Amino acid sequence: MATITYVEHNGTVHKVQVADGVSLMEGALGNGVPGIDGDCGGNAACATCHVYIGAGWEAKTGAKSEAEEAMLDLADGLQDNSRLACQIFASPELDGLVVTMPETQH
Amino acid sequence: MATQPVELEQDFSPEALTAYLKSAPLDEVNIAQHQYWITDTHWTYFERLRNEAPVHYTNDAKFGGWWNVTRWADIMAVDTNHQVYSSDAHLGGITLRDMDADFIMPMFIAMDPPKHDAQRKAVNPIVSGSNLAAFEELIRSRTQAVLDSLPINEPFDWVDKVSIELTTQMLATLFDFPFEDRRKLTFWSDLATADPEIPGNMSKEERQAEMFNMLAYFMKLWNERVNVQEPKGDLISMLAHNPATRDMVPMEFMGNLVLLIVGGNDTTRNSITGGLIFLNQNPDEYQKLRDNKALIEPMVSEIIRYQTPLAHMRRTALEDTILGGQHIKKGDRVVMWYVSGNRDERAIENPNAFIIDRQRPRQHMSFGFGIHRCVGNRLAELQLKILWEEIMKRWDFIEVLGEPERVPSGFVKGYKSLMVRIPG
Repeated sequence: MATITYVEHNGTVHKVQVADGVSLMEGALGNGVPGIDGDCGGNAACATCHVYIGAGWEAKTGAKSEAEEAMLDLADGLQDNSRLACQIFASPELDGLVVTMPETQH
Repeated sequence: MATQPVELEQDFSPEALTAYLKSAPLDEVNIAQHQYWITDTHWTYFERLRNEAPVHYTNDAKFGGWWNVTRWADIMAVDTNHQVYSSDAHLGGITLRDMDADFIMPMFIAMDPPKHDAQRKAVNPIVSGSNLAAFEELIRSRTQAVLDSLPINEPFDWVDKVSIELTTQMLATLFDFPFEDRRKLTFWSDLATADPEIPGNMSKEERQAEMFNMLAYFMKLWNERVNVQEPKGDLISMLAHNPATRDMVPMEFMGNLVLLIVGGNDTTRNSITGGLIFLNQNPDEYQKLRDNKALIEPMVSEIIRYQTPLAHMRRTALEDTILGGQHIKKGDRVVMWYVSGNRDERAIENPNAFIIDRQRPRQHMSFGFGIHRCVGNRLAELQLKILWEEIMKRWDFIEVLGEPERVPSGFVKGYKSLMVRIPG
């Protein structure tokens, strides 16, 4: 279990409990957090769950796969801390993680 | 290996075709034949393939064979593996039928990385979420004007007066194309995807000549815009000023024009028409919409799923591989039937029903997945959303008067005409 803080582009904060092994994309959709769409269902194949990882959390959220890199490369608003929320899975180590959303998903 | 398909029986009625597809040996059917698409009877075959042979080879004596990929998960596997499944125009491109070998039109949808990525990024900003806000007011005012001009209590063609008009106006704006000439865009769009083998369509030679007319028209616009110091935000200016696209050879410019014109035109047009048909076929859903306008947003995604305006995309295997237990050989054509994946009960609950308030309506494959996913998807959704908001402000019911006339194509799944009446 991890408490994940999702911050919408307009600053609205959502604190959500996400069960271990559940992706941060599912954590948002399942708890009615707006701003994350997850069109492909968690395959790193659409980039509609684009988030920015809070400073200091990059190492704990793991490495990007080639597929995730490829999709992020074509996303709007790409930053060094960009990730696809469907490729990050909740665990006790991620308790307290803050992710911020881009202006829009594309 | 599949046997040679036999010619269809001469009775091309929907009933006869459905009966045939229910019992014909799977190897015998060639689902690319246009009769299945003008009669909307292909469903029976795809359902059989999903259940009996989800990755299945069709042998076509004339054009060579192809693999039909019909389940959601297998389509996802192909679409997300561009390292093995190429889109390259020179290998045949992204439609079941190869591009004409003597008329290759490179375009970024029919390229692999890294060139694909660089060219796609050149046009991506125009349809980014943040840029769309700038279009919203314009789209709404045009939608209002088109709807307010429609005849009341008399039959008219919804495709011509609404679907084509709205999408062509939008496309003209994206290109900053001379507005009075905008139906040229419709003409070129239809032409670019029309199979010359089908009676009534232009011959290959006529088609190629018209494509050069299109190129000449756009070259004029390009030349007017390429040397200006501060380029405007239209697609031509973006292509002319981006390092990844400014040195395109003429056939590549032509290819990318075809991509942007077809992508921005045929697809949304047919979802605009399809939505009205589906609501008429499902009166309970139409009532849900009247009762709750907040359902417009999920309905838009459901319309796009249910229509699947592009029935398939094709890839070419770059190496021997295995898909769904079948051995795919290097060079094989692999056709992802989105129209089938969108009706796969393994991925979508009750997939054959049109339901405007689905839990996760955005999970459909009409936009494709992976690096070639539709770049204009958000614009398409915005156009449809505004249209239905404005329709519902005006009329509780638009009556479909009969069967639509369908496009004879297993690629562009759409409508030539749909007679409707707005009760007065």
